[in-house]
Amino acid sequence: MRALDIKMLRDLRRIWAQALAIALVLGCGVMVLVGAQATQATLVQTQAAYYERHRFADIFAGATRAPAEVVQAASLIPGVAQAEGRISFQAVLDIDGMIEPATGRILSLPAAGPALNLPLLRMGRLPDPDRPDEVALAEPFAEIHGLTPGSSFKAVLNGQLRDLTVTGWVLSPEFIYTMPPGAMMPDDRRFALIWMNDAAAAAAMDMAGAVNDIALRLTREGDARAVIAALDRILDPYGGTGAYGRDRQVSHAFLDGELQQLGAMATFMPPIFLIVAAFLVNMVLGRLIAMERAQIGLMKALGYGRVEIAGHYLKIAALIGVIGVLAGWAFGWWIADAMIGLYGDFFRFPFVIRDWGTQALVVSALLGMATVVLGGLRAVWSSLKLPPAEAMQPPAPPSFSRGWADRVLMRLSLRQTTMMIFRSIIRWPGRAAITLFGVAASVGVLVMSYFMFDAVARLADSVFQQANRQHVTLMMTSDQPVTALQDAMTLPGVLRAEGVYALPVRAINGHRNRLTALQAHFPDAELARLVDDAGRVVTPGDTGVILPEMLATALGIQAGQSLRLELLAPPRMVLDLPVAEIIPQGMGQEVHVAAAPLFAAMDSAPAVNMIHLAVQSDQMAALNAAIKQTPAVAGLQDWAEVRRQFDATLRENLLTMVGIYTLIGVLIAVGVVYNAARIQLAERSYELASLRVLGFSRAEVGYVLIGEMMLLTALAIPLGWAVGYWLAVGLVAAMSTDMFQIPFHITRRTFALAAVAVFLAALGAVLMVRRRLDQVDLATALKARS
Amino acid sequence: MISFVIMARDTHISPVFRAEGVTRVYRTGAVDVWALRGVDLDLAEGEMVVLLGASGSGKSTLVNILGGLDLPSGGRVYFRDQELTQASDRHLTAFRRDHVGFVFQFYNLVPSLTARENVALVTEIARDPMTPEEALDRVGLAHRLDHFPSEMSGGEQQRVAIARAIAKRPDVLLCDEPTGALDSKTGIQVLQALYDVNRELGTATVLITHNAAIQRIAHRVVVLADGRITRNEVNAQRALPAQVSW
Repeated sequence: MRALDIKMLRDLRRIWAQALAIALVLGCGVMVLVGAQATQATLVQTQAAYYERHRFADIFAGATRAPAEVVQAASLIPGVAQAEGRISFQAVLDIDGMIEPATGRILSLPAAGPALNLPLLRMGRLPDPDRPDEVALAEPFAEIHGLTPGSSFKAVLNGQLRDLTVTGWVLSPEFIYTMPPGAMMPDDRRFALIWMNDAAAAAAMDMAGAVNDIALRLTREGDARAVIAALDRILDPYGGTGAYGRDRQVSHAFLDGELQQLGAMATFMPPIFLIVAAFLVNMVLGRLIAMERAQIGLMKALGYGRVEIAGHYLKIAALIGVIGVLAGWAFGWWIADAMIGLYGDFFRFPFVIRDWGTQALVVSALLGMATVVLGGLRAVWSSLKLPPAEAMQPPAPPSFSRGWADRVLMRLSLRQTTMMIFRSIIRWPGRAAITLFGVAASVGVLVMSYFMFDAVARLADSVFQQANRQHVTLMMTSDQPVTALQDAMTLPGVLRAEGVYALPVRAINGHRNRLTALQAHFPDAELARLVDDAGRVVTPGDTGVILPEMLATALGIQAGQSLRLELLAPPRMVLDLPVAEIIPQGMGQEVHVAAAPLFAAMDSAPAVNMIHLAVQSDQMAALNAAIKQTPAVAGLQDWAEVRRQFDATLRENLLTMVGIYTLIGVLIAVGVVYNAARIQLAERSYELASLRVLGFSRAEVGYVLIGEMMLLTALAIPLGWAVGYWLAVGLVAAMSTDMFQIPFHITRRTFALAAVAVFLAALGAVLMVRRRLDQVDLATALKARS
Repeated sequence: MISFVIMARDTHISPVFRAEGVTRVYRTGAVDVWALRGVDLDLAEGEMVVLLGASGSGKSTLVNILGGLDLPSGGRVYFRDQELTQASDRHLTAFRRDHVGFVFQFYNLVPSLTARENVALVTEIARDPMTPEEALDRVGLAHRLDHFPSEMSGGEQQRVAIARAIAKRPDVLLCDEPTGALDSKTGIQVLQALYDVNRELGTATVLITHNAAIQRIAHRVVVLADGRITRNEVNAQRALPAQVSW
């Protein structure tokens, strides 16, 4: 091995701690890129394969009741490869061990087996076509309740209580993410998907020879919009509720939203870390190489050319880069493994097609190596410009001059050791700026991470404290007169009952349209209220409809304009209503209207199809028992349980993510401060040793080193808050989908936590270096200047 | 400007170095420091020259210019028939690599390399080098091949530096205060090594020192003061390093 390469390896070993700090910062950027991209790529491939293998449909539509022949008509629409009809309906379930009723959605299975949306059998078998009481259950619900094949449960089907026997557990690509009707979060404990043979379902719902649910698969050339329009025309006479594609199918939309957010993270976060790494590498290598000037001069004196010398130091930079990239890959895959496991469990993918993110590996390696090599190159080149004779001389003492800053400092009558701190910062503003920037970046990363807790807390407060203050929501099997509220008041423990009327609509503005729900608000509602993102309670009046901002943007409509609403449930009519107001609402896609003008426009008596209840907490069991005996109620939502699910789901995901970013932020702070302090110690060992000779104690001399680093850290914190604010804005923009917008809300606690964490990390790093100060040999350090 | 154009001892041998009117000015802020104020000097093949002078007299500056480590502000410098003053950085690098060996006051060894590796640093880029082992044997350090500088005395480190300088078989050996950091006994050992190299390899040697006693081992003594040559004399009789004391 060449002598120069031996020197390189030994030099790297000498500066191993600093090299490791740089490599770890670089590795963080690589880790986030590889982890997020590998996760996203794996989930996208898994999703695609799952859909393909189980023939997930492209177009979906519901109707009140349509003859089975419409399926044949639908299959003849140009662009349709296959059509299938089935019966779908809600049922209340009575499960042993559950006080409250559960809700089920029952789907019929053709005798010959389904052609689209194939259920995946996980245990047992599908129901026998000749046995009307046999059903297959969705695995999550069955697992929670221990409903193994052979067990049974009760269900109210079309007003009749039936005993159903479980034959098997299934999963379906159509219900990867399942939400009970009217709910915000999945609830596998209270909502079940049930597959029943076609004849039994038809008999239970009096739907022989009819269907109310149609699925289509398109040909490769099929035009989804044209097919949807054609299908709507076919189903319109039969109470069609509006066909839609996968983008509006609840399960696919949520899964796609998650993948979109993962993709946003993979593109938004890594450049931040790589930029910080670039600055850090530049700073550290620059100062390390500056300390090598005598050796660079020597090598020039010995006859080594600029290219050879530059190559020598770039090899060091490149080795650090290789370590960082490899570490990033390893941790990236580890994180991807963990995240894929989390997502896989959450979505219950039956298999995972692993993608190692080859593209991310290549991109991260190129970016990582470019970062260190360019940073090193810049540092080396400035030292190479020096003539060898000058390089081998000790550097001239840095020049100081009295500027306005000095005049200010002198008025403060500071101790000389404190003056040394300030003068060092003033004399080398570029160096101080790089340390400042690095620490600010770490504060920014922490603010951005912790902000997610604030956003979720704001969301939870908005949804659960401001907008939905009811304890229970009852979903009715059909529209009920408002007198149903008085009946609801007679249920055990009910303190207040308020009605809501909602129906599916197509909102149309010009050529744009959206399938959504129209929600009618009755006056004096206290339980469920319409609240915007600023916490303002909005009450729809007689002046028109109120739209959430996201929906208004999608429709391209403004306040004052007229919105066409096509009612997709009886009375099937078209209304043109003025847009009274557009409100900012992160979670909201519905159109809101006052009940009185709506019913007047529909020329029908006021009705309700959901009832919100305030209930005494000690009466919940009695209420649930009574609901089970109420055939008019199709389902029940316990909002306390929804809140628990919300907290549990988000907390688990957030804690993992925030934990990782906290570690990264702390690593950056430690890396920057440790390196800056180490280099300071090396560069100033002569003057620090001189202070000791003059009689200063170790603590007093340590103060010079620590003081400068901690002062820069303190100055960096407000800058870091600004960086974090900007990063949070970017994160909100990157991760919001057209169905959901993260609220932008950062608390003082977040800023404070980030500041404290970075301050402590920086202090820890500089104290590690402080210990080295105690080990400096005074005589050797003093000779270094000679 | 006093010009000393000195004939080589054997007039038929052309000079290995020729300096004509060399000046060097250092500009630091508002201050100009004249390190050399017009120096004319020839150095013959195989000659050992001691450059004497107090601190700041310009000795190191002159040697740095001769060795291609620095460029003069004015005048010309020739190595054999090649002008160095107009040479590019690449040419100067090649010049140093192929023709010049340096020995510095504080040895300037690479602390992370052993004695053998420090010498190999040079032999790996030289055209016709000795082996590191041979070079180190010449300076009496065959038994210290794998020791790091931190494990050696000052004299041993300086001898490693000499081995590194001669391993490429240079035409010229430029030594800046080679005994400046050593006690007299060790210094004499180092001088002996330089003396032997000059005698056995015929390498022209320039030796800077402020120690007047050392001038007795040279063929010729050149004295500098305030950037000028004030004296240039041939030693009628050379002393052996062992005969020198300070």
